[in-house]
Amino acid sequence: MAVDMRLPTVRKQISLAGSNSNADGKHLVVPGDVITSDTGFMRGHGTYMDDEKLTASVAGEVERVNKLICVRPLKTRYNGEVGDVIVGRITEVQQKRWKVETNSRLDSVLLLSSVNLPGGELRRRSAEDELTMRDYLQEGDLISAEVQSVFSDGALSLHTRSLKYGKLGQGVLVQVSPSLVKRQKTHFHNLPCGASIILGNNGFLWLYPTPGQQDEEEGGYYTSLELVPLSDREVISRLRNCLLALAAHKVLLYDTSVLYCYESSLLYQIKDILKPETMDEIVMVTRQRLLDQEG
Amino acid sequence: MASVQISEAEKVYIMHGVRDDLRVDGRGCEDYRHMEIETDVVSNTDGSAKVRMGHTDVLVGIKAELRRPRPNVPDEGYLEFFVDCSANATPEFEGRGGEELGVELSNTLYKVFNSHRSLDLRSLCVCPGEHCWVLYVDVLLLQCDGNLFDAMSIAIKAALFNTRIPKVRVLEDEEGGKEIELSDDPYDCLRLRVGHRHVVDATLQEKACSAASLLVAVTPRGAVTCVRKLGAGSLDPDSIFEMTETGKRVGKALHAPLMELLQKDESLGKKRQKVGFLA
Repeated sequence: MAVDMRLPTVRKQISLAGSNSNADGKHLVVPGDVITSDTGFMRGHGTYMDDEKLTASVAGEVERVNKLICVRPLKTRYNGEVGDVIVGRITEVQQKRWKVETNSRLDSVLLLSSVNLPGGELRRRSAEDELTMRDYLQEGDLISAEVQSVFSDGALSLHTRSLKYGKLGQGVLVQVSPSLVKRQKTHFHNLPCGASIILGNNGFLWLYPTPGQQDEEEGGYYTSLELVPLSDREVISRLRNCLLALAAHKVLLYDTSVLYCYESSLLYQIKDILKPETMDEIVMVTRQRLLDQEG
Repeated sequence: MASVQISEAEKVYIMHGVRDDLRVDGRGCEDYRHMEIETDVVSNTDGSAKVRMGHTDVLVGIKAELRRPRPNVPDEGYLEFFVDCSANATPEFEGRGGEELGVELSNTLYKVFNSHRSLDLRSLCVCPGEHCWVLYVDVLLLQCDGNLFDAMSIAIKAALFNTRIPKVRVLEDEEGGKEIELSDDPYDCLRLRVGHRHVVDATLQEKACSAASLLVAVTPRGAVTCVRKLGAGSLDPDSIFEMTETGKRVGKALHAPLMELLQKDESLGKKRQKVGFLA
């Protein structure tokens, strides 16, 4: 039985030798900072005009595209774009749609016509389908989906019309800030360490045991409730702790960084990864490897 | 308490994991999360402590006042508890939402701490029948991530250790110097039943999978002061016995590191680095 109690200490920021310091190249601002006094710029998101000066209203990085200045916040709710892969949880079952929680300002919408129902792709949705919606997706279920469009009020419309999307089975959900997930070509990865991960753009990361047969249809609504072997569980728990460690140190999450973090965490026991000094160690090694790989 | 929505498949995964003694974050069934304890955080109280366990954050402040003792026990002081579930913890606690939980927690704390084996209440007496010290213990829940009882009891013990009350001599309105109050308090250990096994220090997800839990309050010597069942599910009599035994063992094992830490904290004195709330 392990008990770990200690007095709190102030966390020191770790900086690596050989990396360019954060001050070059990045113009970071806090709310109230004046970005520029030049009136020739158009103001974008995250800014406002205070007298004649362009001031930031959120804490983040200034982005300039020709004449447009906007501030991209460091920590924000998820702002969806068309084509993003998300992992969401069903909160409500309504008449012809489901409401999905995706860590954005409004609940996203999954229309009945946007899901794959058994019986073929081009089936007409009947009244019976409406009544049996709960058999497919209930409150509390997790799904992976893609953003089809954005409504005028900012709510996202999702769809699961591909076999790789659909209801998620056994696994672990990790919630991080959406700004930490790197935009990549594919968000579904089968990691060589023995587990699979879905890096949702909305900050919801889903870890699950790699499915056995490759030709098994994952977009269906059948979830396997068989026992997951202990070795797979260990890999998943370790990955979960690594993700939390990386998120705590604000490292961008993509398959390579997660893999490097997993490899450097193999020296420690799974439950020790979340101790502050172990986290610092592991993330420092990961950052170093990522820098070496780039340079 | 704050609850999370969880899917059936996730529940099955968690329960199978508990069966194999490997929980979602890699802990065993009897391991606690990493804890950070700080005392003397609130300056205008007689004693205070702040405990952070995972994402659960609890702040305790203690103020001592002179009052008349209770009529049936004229030579003992007593403790008054008030638990405030702040809306910071979860939106469910907004307005009067947290009142019910707060009242339940306060009542449990009364049962746990107001017994002979837990605290030497006689030391709080100043003049039998006339004056005694009453310790008003205020608990503030700042963040809720499962296992409130354990975090609260550790914080209360640390705050009581940190409490300084003046020594009062009844001699024609004279007062003396400062005295340290050290108590032999009980310590709660909440065991949650998930599937056929029980876990200690459950997170919100694990709590969503469990039907019932048993709260066991244990003193450092191993004496049990309070046993309480929480939750709507039923418990087998055999499993109650098992859970009580494990609760006793785990609770007893928690006292030693805590006392060590509090002694170390005290010995650092002025050199201690104050972290407060902005870490």
